[in-house]
Amino acid sequence: MAQQRSTAAHQRTQTAWLFLTPMLAALLFIAAWPLLRTIAFSFTDANLSDLSTWKFVGITNYSYLFEDPLWWRAVGNTLLFTFISVSLETALGMVIALTLDTHLPGRGLLRAAVLIPWAIPTVVSAKMWGWMLHDLYGVVNFLLLSVGLIDRPWAWLADPSLSMAAIIMVDVWKATPFMALLILAALQALPLEIYEAARVDGIHPVKVFLYVTLPLIRPALLVAVIFRGLDALRVFDIIYVLTGNNENTATMSVYARQQLVDFQDIGFGSAAATSLFVIVAIMAMIVITLGRVNISLGGGER
Amino acid sequence: MTRILGLIAAFVALLATGSPFPAHAEVNISISCSSLGIELELCRDGANAWAKQTGNSVKLVPTPSDANERLALYQQLLAAGSADIDIFQIDVVWPGTLANHFIDLKPYIPADELNDHFDTLLANDTIAGKLVAIPFFVDAGLLYYRRDLLEKYGKQPPRDWAELTETAKSILAAEHASNGQLQGFVWQGRAYEGLACNGIEWVASFGGGSIVEADGTISINNPRAAASITLAKSWIGTISPEGVLNYAEEDARGVFQSGNAVFMRNWPYAWGLANAPDSPVKGKVGIAILPQGSGDGARHAAALGGQQLAVSKYSAHPKEAADLVRYLTGAAEQKRRAIKGSFNPTRKGLYGDQELLQALPFLKDFEAVLENAVARPSSVTGASYNRVSSEFVRAVHNTLAGQGTAEENLAGLEKMLQRMSRNGRR
Repeated sequence: MAQQRSTAAHQRTQTAWLFLTPMLAALLFIAAWPLLRTIAFSFTDANLSDLSTWKFVGITNYSYLFEDPLWWRAVGNTLLFTFISVSLETALGMVIALTLDTHLPGRGLLRAAVLIPWAIPTVVSAKMWGWMLHDLYGVVNFLLLSVGLIDRPWAWLADPSLSMAAIIMVDVWKATPFMALLILAALQALPLEIYEAARVDGIHPVKVFLYVTLPLIRPALLVAVIFRGLDALRVFDIIYVLTGNNENTATMSVYARQQLVDFQDIGFGSAAATSLFVIVAIMAMIVITLGRVNISLGGGER
Repeated sequence: MTRILGLIAAFVALLATGSPFPAHAEVNISISCSSLGIELELCRDGANAWAKQTGNSVKLVPTPSDANERLALYQQLLAAGSADIDIFQIDVVWPGTLANHFIDLKPYIPADELNDHFDTLLANDTIAGKLVAIPFFVDAGLLYYRRDLLEKYGKQPPRDWAELTETAKSILAAEHASNGQLQGFVWQGRAYEGLACNGIEWVASFGGGSIVEADGTISINNPRAAASITLAKSWIGTISPEGVLNYAEEDARGVFQSGNAVFMRNWPYAWGLANAPDSPVKGKVGIAILPQGSGDGARHAAALGGQQLAVSKYSAHPKEAADLVRYLTGAAEQKRRAIKGSFNPTRKGLYGDQELLQALPFLKDFEAVLENAVARPSSVTGASYNRVSSEFVRAVHNTLAGQGTAEENLAGLEKMLQRMSRNGRR
């Protein structure tokens, strides 16, 4: 009897593996293989002009990379961009989600309208913003000048002290709907009874938000922040379109692309790409761990 | 990546051989042309004329109009050893980068036909004794000016940069009340290849060399080069808008063509557009050779640009491909392209052609511009050109943005280039 059961279990496992095989093969082919190849290339002096001849150079690429002030500049730019844009997007997304969650007339239409920036391909919206932020014929300067907020045209994308702020603004415009949508989904899943209970108890709405809503949507919020954060850490298109390879705004992805494509240096570029991968992985682990600690602390208090 | 591209290439090749058309003795040559403006149309007509003449067939492969994206695409195709494209249209600074992938065209084209091309261009396309590409058309930086404004204030087109600065300042001051938007001088200041062209023009016009000389000497750290970049820095916020630091060709043209700039540095393509029927400055534009610097060794200097045709060494039909290149770069075809699309010929013989001079009056002056052209150091730096150019752009851009003086940044650049030439990275 026992023998039979274990055979059945064995067969089930076998079948499961059979079904899983195509998926695993696909994953190996499209995810693991390129990743491993990139990591392998990062220890060589491979060049795009002739990929067949390369030699192993150990960690030379990494030691050059870590000595390069431009790389650290790119790391700094990426972290600054990620931290500020994701914070702003979370805060604004929360406000928009709370607004959309109320029973406004025509909120279906409003919800659809809010999503428009997210629906436009990034390259298109970045190009569009590039024109709007143009110092001489851009609409942004025209509006600011005509209401008297500035007295001469600002060079949004050319001035080193403004360009990162302008890029963050464009990214916030684009990605806030994504945050709003995820937070709204979490808000709508909340049970109405607890709000009724809070109302019956006469609790101030701010307290309700801080002690009821926020803890309940925190898991969903955390997922949204991780998604956006990881996305922001590998940001490329918006920055490449708006300011190109300019070191004042170049991120890790822009740096890696310049090495790989412009300079054809597959070995060094792969080292940069691998470092980017490691940094993203570490950040993801930190955020997830912090989130878990918070959740368990919350459980302990209860 | 290579494998995937290889697979795609194999798949495409399979599709091509398995096409429903019966096999002919003729061969099919595919050529990639730039698709900027009228270029693709001209290229198609030219290639089809050759096909009719020889009984072969041609296939046009459109490519991105952005030069950097085109280079990236070419590099991927060539690195995969793909035979999909036989003929590549390449930029004047790419021969060094891509030389490995192209055949030597010298055996395919008679010497007297080759020698009609400008020597600077042939030298540029010769890498380690191999003629890897044939000049297709040539570009050089030009100074565009508003003839109406200069006449109004009794000014002449400037001969040197100081005069340009003076003229721009006085016209700006006089026009300030009527047009507060007016700028003195717009050019390409974004941190990209265009700034390398503008920068080398300033440096060379002051007699400051061309970054890396033909013999490999790193010459950029010299007082004349620093003086020229310091002068350019002084334009920003006075005669040039601060936004010029993010301008590419089209941004500069946008400002100039809407009537908001007195002077513009740009390539010849802007001439046709500035004089198009819908252009606000139609008929009010003049062009001149770029101003010279000051001090010893001052000269006129225009960055050399333009496109070449090269034949891939992975091509299945190099002989026919080389013949098509010979046809497209021939005198008759270059003349047709010059008249229809104002693409400047690379052949000395055509600059005396009466019919052509009538159609393109500025061609007469353009020969003088070409004589003074300064090539970016792409032949001597070879595969490292992009890195050299990007370091130069970085030094110039930082100076213009007020991050360090020209002297400091050029000294840093020299150190960087020296390390690079010793085969270190940084």
